[in-house]
Amino acid sequence: MQSKKGKGEMGLRDYFKNILRLPKTFLESFVRHGKPNSDRARSQTVMSNIFLHIHSTRIHRYTLKKTFTFGLGVIAASSFFILILTGILLMVYYKPSVDLAYDSIKDIQYVVPGGRFIRNVHRWATNVMIVSVILHMVRVFYTAAYKETRSFNWLMGMVLFILTLGLSFTGYLLPWDQLAYWAVTICSNIAASPRELTDALGLTPYFDPGGFMKVLLLGSEEIGQDALTRFFWLHCIVLPFLMIMILSVHVWRVRKDGGLARPDNIKEKDLQGIEEDGNTRNVFENAPQKTYGLMCLVRGKTPAVGRGPENTIPSWPTLFIAEFALFMLTFAIVCTLAYFFDAPLKELANAAVPENPAKAPWYFLGLQELVSYSAFMGGVGIPTIAILGLALIPYLDREKQTLGRWFDNRTGRKVARESLVYSAGVTIALLAFTVKFGWLRNWFPDIPQLVIIFINPGTVLVSFFVFWSFRCLYKFDSTRISAIALFTCFIVSFIILTYFATYHRGPNWDFYWLKSQWPIH
Amino acid sequence: MSNVDAVKGTSAYEVESMSRRDFLTTVVYGAVGAALSFVLFGLLRFPKPALFPDIPKIFKIGRVEDFPVGAEKIFEDKKVIVRRDAGGLFAISLICTHLGCIVSKHAGLFECPCHGSKFDENGKVKIGPAPKALEWLKVSQLPDGKLIVDTMRKVPIGTRYAI
Ligand code: HEM
Ligand code: FES
Repeated sequence: MQSKKGKGEMGLRDYFKNILRLPKTFLESFVRHGKPNSDRARSQTVMSNIFLHIHSTRIHRYTLKKTFTFGLGVIAASSFFILILTGILLMVYYKPSVDLAYDSIKDIQYVVPGGRFIRNVHRWATNVMIVSVILHMVRVFYTAAYKETRSFNWLMGMVLFILTLGLSFTGYLLPWDQLAYWAVTICSNIAASPRELTDALGLTPYFDPGGFMKVLLLGSEEIGQDALTRFFWLHCIVLPFLMIMILSVHVWRVRKDGGLARPDNIKEKDLQGIEEDGNTRNVFENAPQKTYGLMCLVRGKTPAVGRGPENTIPSWPTLFIAEFALFMLTFAIVCTLAYFFDAPLKELANAAVPENPAKAPWYFLGLQELVSYSAFMGGVGIPTIAILGLALIPYLDREKQTLGRWFDNRTGRKVARESLVYSAGVTIALLAFTVKFGWLRNWFPDIPQLVIIFINPGTVLVSFFVFWSFRCLYKFDSTRISAIALFTCFIVSFIILTYFATYHRGPNWDFYWLKSQWPIH
Repeated sequence: MSNVDAVKGTSAYEVESMSRRDFLTTVVYGAVGAALSFVLFGLLRFPKPALFPDIPKIFKIGRVEDFPVGAEKIFEDKKVIVRRDAGGLFAISLICTHLGCIVSKHAGLFECPCHGSKFDENGKVKIGPAPKALEWLKVSQLPDGKLIVDTMRKVPIGTRYAI
């Protein structure tokens, strides 16, 4: 210290200087790289943040093509995020007890400031999430984005799909109103419906998986406090936890699988209007020039083999802006719906008088239509077949092909169109037939139940679809085409059944052209 | 190892020996596996309730005088209908055998609101997805003359309690 001033004075001056610099030093401790205005700093922005890091630092421009993904995965994730936030708020007032649940929901709806809006947002975000998850699966399927490295992520997607349905179903019981009570009565008896088969075979006294599942779900033989506790536990802890874990894996895997699927021959037209990287504008050509191999690290070919250098841009900020915009869009849609349409709340649950008609939420109505032919086949058999079939797609269809184009090519489009017509025709014809003439039991009152389990409109539909898909497999000699045929059939039929059960089924599950024709009871 | 074996005059190729390290590794894997499977096994039974809430399964319906021939009474909260005809008293459960909704009586038929099953007077399925007839329940009489229905005991269709 050569200064004339004393030691103490120096310390004081530094101290005040530090106070003045506090905002800056704090920011520097938090973000170590400078402003993201160089490519390097942009990469660092992504790399050094635990949340942003789930994306890679650079993405291919094709990823941002709007008519490729339609942003559906991000919309699904956004609605899940909104659901978590509003769910946490609802838990402040909700009381998971048979005596209090209904009243607490009524309080939320009519007394708590902002409660009605939050409850409506929660309900509407569920609907948006379900629609977007289904559409997202449809887009992944038709763009063949489930192939090769992405097979496992398709499976993770299936798990997310089941979790989504599970969350919405368990949430349905919580208000403890008539709607909830009877929907859950029906569903818990669907869980018990393997009994229909074991009864028909005379096995139930020895082997009763149906009864076991029902007791596991309800914690009792009847719907009561134990059922409510279990549903609350699933809805608020177990399923959201699993969802967050698997969703993280899912999005992380998108990155690890080489980014979103994209075709080999990307045309200039595909990338029109998408941000580009000024530094590299002239470098890229699409013709394959080199092969890349991460020798020793990666077995086989790396995803980039046979392509020109990738035409990428930094993810920060373009990708994040796009995602945030999608979040805001989702939020706006949900809020608008919540403002205009209230979430339903019927009378307090009454175990003696069922709702008539007792309808499940709309996305389960297709299944409810099938259930109205045979409880076991419609509620357990066909859904299991459908889920297994979906899960196996990437393992049974291993054809090499171009990825990332809707319907692949002209043949794909043609088969999808034909399958749509075929499936719509078969489904509508079968529904009309069933409504008009009934089914086996109407003609042969004493027919054994076993026959109805295996031959009912649901199984007949499935056989028509399987036949069609094998016919396409034979005709076009392609597993991908056959998969397109089958998938289209199932989706179209699902939509028609859902529509039919929503609008044309009234009291006693009778057929009506219009809701205004329902009898007053 | 093989050196030692060679000294002893046996060949490493003849005796399948395991190094101490491999042996311990196996033991550790085994121990971990056993511990986890014991835990899992113990927990398997956890979610299955040992006791069910005590919902009364037997209830009184009155005396014989309350049921003249042709009488019919619906016990809404018990989900049972009791009737008397020339042959005697009988009770039929109103729980639909399809998926558990409650059937109601219209024009001599039991109709289910949920998926449209219809049952005849005696509970036999006429149309709809219900896999079997409505259940007939056991009716009996206590020593003091009161009649009871036991919802746990099913009886074959047509069984009546003769009076
Ligand atoms: C909770 C539900 C789900 C969420 C939140 C979600 C989220 C996402 C997101 C954000 C992406 C990035 C691409 C995009 O936006 O399209 C993605 C990609 C993907 N998803 Fe999902 N997903 C869900 C369910 C599913 C389902 C049901 C499937 C199919 C069974 C699926 C299969 C895939 C596959 C294979 C990819 C990679 C696509 C590609 O590489 O082009 N996901 N998912
Ligand atoms: S519950 Fe009665 S018909 Fe389905």
